[in-house]
Amino acid sequence: MKKHIISLLVDNEPGVLARVSGLFSGRGFNIESLCVAETLDFSVSRITLVTRGDDAVAEQIKKQLNKLINVVKLSDLTGVEYVEREMALIKVNAKTDHRAEILRIVDIFRCNVVDVTPTHYTIEATGTAEKLAAILSLLKPIGIKEIARTGAIALAREKKGKAGEVF
Amino acid sequence: MKTLTGAQIIMSVLKQEGVDTIFGFPGGVVIDIFDELSRTDIKHILVRHEQGAAHAADGYARAKGSVGVCLGTSGPGATNTVSGLASAYMDSIPVVVLTGQVPTALIGNDAFQEVDIVGITRPCTKHNYLVKRTEDLARVLREAFHIARSGRPGPVLVDLPKDVTQGKARYEPLPEPRMPSYNPTYKPNVKQLRRAIELIKGAEKPVIFSGGGVILSGASKELTKFAKKLHAPVTASLMGLGSFPGTDPLWLGMLGMHGTYRANMAIGACDLLIGIGVRFDDRVTGKVETFAPNAKIIHIDIDPTSISKNIPVTVPIVGDCKSAVKGLNSLLNEEKVKITKKNRKAWLDRIEEWKSTTPLRYKQKDVIKPQYVIEKLYELTKGQAIITTEVGQNQMWAAQYYHFDRPNCFITSGGLGCMGFGFPAAIGAQVACPDKLVVDVAGDGSIQMNIQELATAVQYKLPVKVVILNNRYLGMVRQWQQLFYEKRYAATDMKYAPDFARLAESYGALGLKATKPREVEAVLKKGLSSPGPAFMDFWVAREECVYPMVPAGAAITEMLLA
Repeated sequence: MKKHIISLLVDNEPGVLARVSGLFSGRGFNIESLCVAETLDFSVSRITLVTRGDDAVAEQIKKQLNKLINVVKLSDLTGVEYVEREMALIKVNAKTDHRAEILRIVDIFRCNVVDVTPTHYTIEATGTAEKLAAILSLLKPIGIKEIARTGAIALAREKKGKAGEVF
Repeated sequence: MKTLTGAQIIMSVLKQEGVDTIFGFPGGVVIDIFDELSRTDIKHILVRHEQGAAHAADGYARAKGSVGVCLGTSGPGATNTVSGLASAYMDSIPVVVLTGQVPTALIGNDAFQEVDIVGITRPCTKHNYLVKRTEDLARVLREAFHIARSGRPGPVLVDLPKDVTQGKARYEPLPEPRMPSYNPTYKPNVKQLRRAIELIKGAEKPVIFSGGGVILSGASKELTKFAKKLHAPVTASLMGLGSFPGTDPLWLGMLGMHGTYRANMAIGACDLLIGIGVRFDDRVTGKVETFAPNAKIIHIDIDPTSISKNIPVTVPIVGDCKSAVKGLNSLLNEEKVKITKKNRKAWLDRIEEWKSTTPLRYKQKDVIKPQYVIEKLYELTKGQAIITTEVGQNQMWAAQYYHFDRPNCFITSGGLGCMGFGFPAAIGAQVACPDKLVVDVAGDGSIQMNIQELATAVQYKLPVKVVILNNRYLGMVRQWQQLFYEKRYAATDMKYAPDFARLAESYGALGLKATKPREVEAVLKKGLSSPGPAFMDFWVAREECVYPMVPAGAAITEMLLA
């Protein structure tokens, strides 16, 4: 089952997210992550969602999404060159004997510490799913208290010399 | 530019859309709309249950080939339309359902008769709207009609809060909407059409499989031309009945679970299957792995999601059926493809053999056989009636034994299989076609699901005829219990039912009853020729089964024949 990152431009209206998510639940497709926000054009939002399926399922997901009246544009980034990022806020237990070690990990992965208490650090980490997995595997033994992840966002890489639409 | 109330804007748009009839039921939050409606020349048919209104709008749309409109109040009025929406959605029927809603300030407060109908109907409408400002009404309604009838048609619900219909806004008629995110593909890709022609040239045993899409796009004539050019036999889904003449020598009969022997066998043996306006539903394919195992498949449909959803396809053609078949016809001419009857002889002979050895059959003895009633109905109406059906055995017998020569004459809840559909749909069809004979073929179970609409038929003098095949069972489920559950008839005995003839009389309709085979013709003649609505109650053989039958999950060539 191949991973598909699907990027949708949709009308920025109430109920549109419900149409998209309802389509997945109603037809037995799976959403691994989903991320929504406005674009420069207030009337259009971008939904980036990650799903898995064989070719036939992925094809059907894309066709069904395209069929929604509020979907303006759909692109499947699988098979094209794209940049992908996800952000995680990770709250780790930071007792005296671990504080230096945590900061080393933060440094290696170019993360930021965004909140500090005598017992905790909250770390902001950005990267691909693989990078976040690596950070988490190092922090886990130290003790992760809470975590919040955004899910992936992605954009296709521009071909050199071609000006694209701005959204 | 005029300033109008929301209710007045609604009427203006309905007039602009050419709406002449609305099926509805009033309620607290739609009083303004009804008040305004009564001041127009749009006919309002007051149903007795909102489900009846939704199905009637559906029947109207199918018989007339235009958009059907239904109007109900908020809360229960809206939820009662849900089955009608779901049925129209599955069968791609253009219906616009207008529902009242509590005032915008109360939405979300669990107000009296409030329900999130837009949320509820999201998966069973093509699209739906909650209108929050009177200024948006005209645009939304225009879009609703546009979406309902274009592309692959379907139902659209528009939810109308009371303050929006009472409020005022400036109004001028809007042009046909242009929606950047909604552009159905009508024109088929010529390259794909050419690939299809190559397959057609090489085929020795082609079968054309026609569906509801052919009827919706008005492609019947093109299809008939196409079939004759190819000398290719034609089968159809339940929804496609009437898209190709049911009396033509190339007609195979219906396909699928209760399809004819020859149609199902032809699918098993064909080397090319041309599916037009179909979606390869599970009731058609049986076990997918063994469906048309030797065939290359050409699939024409306006909805890309239908293509390669259930059955992998060799040549997909996205587009309007009429344009696509027309395109194929002109390419056949252009390339001077000559297929003679002689080329097809072996294939057509084989089909003829299947037909003669294993036709549809039943034996009429001392108890009325339901098939006999349908055959008599066909004979007496000369195949000219608009037939609606309920769901179950009655629906299958109507499909098998009434031969439809024209489109828009067989109206049935195909995809959803919604019992209670046929009678209100017949009322809708009769309103759309006042000069036609409209007959609902019903079972004793289904007819009770919307029997209250008798009052509607009587009130508006709609001479709808209802043929009840009364076996005092929920027959199709009983048939499954007989065949697959060792005759354990759990919850399917319907002996406790009213006397339908007397019930019809109490509503002011004609009620007739036949219990013996020799009474069938007389009852039909009397009922069909009566000037008003009539119920004809035929006491048929209780344990008659619909054959052929493909057991669920079997290949369609593995039929139970008796």
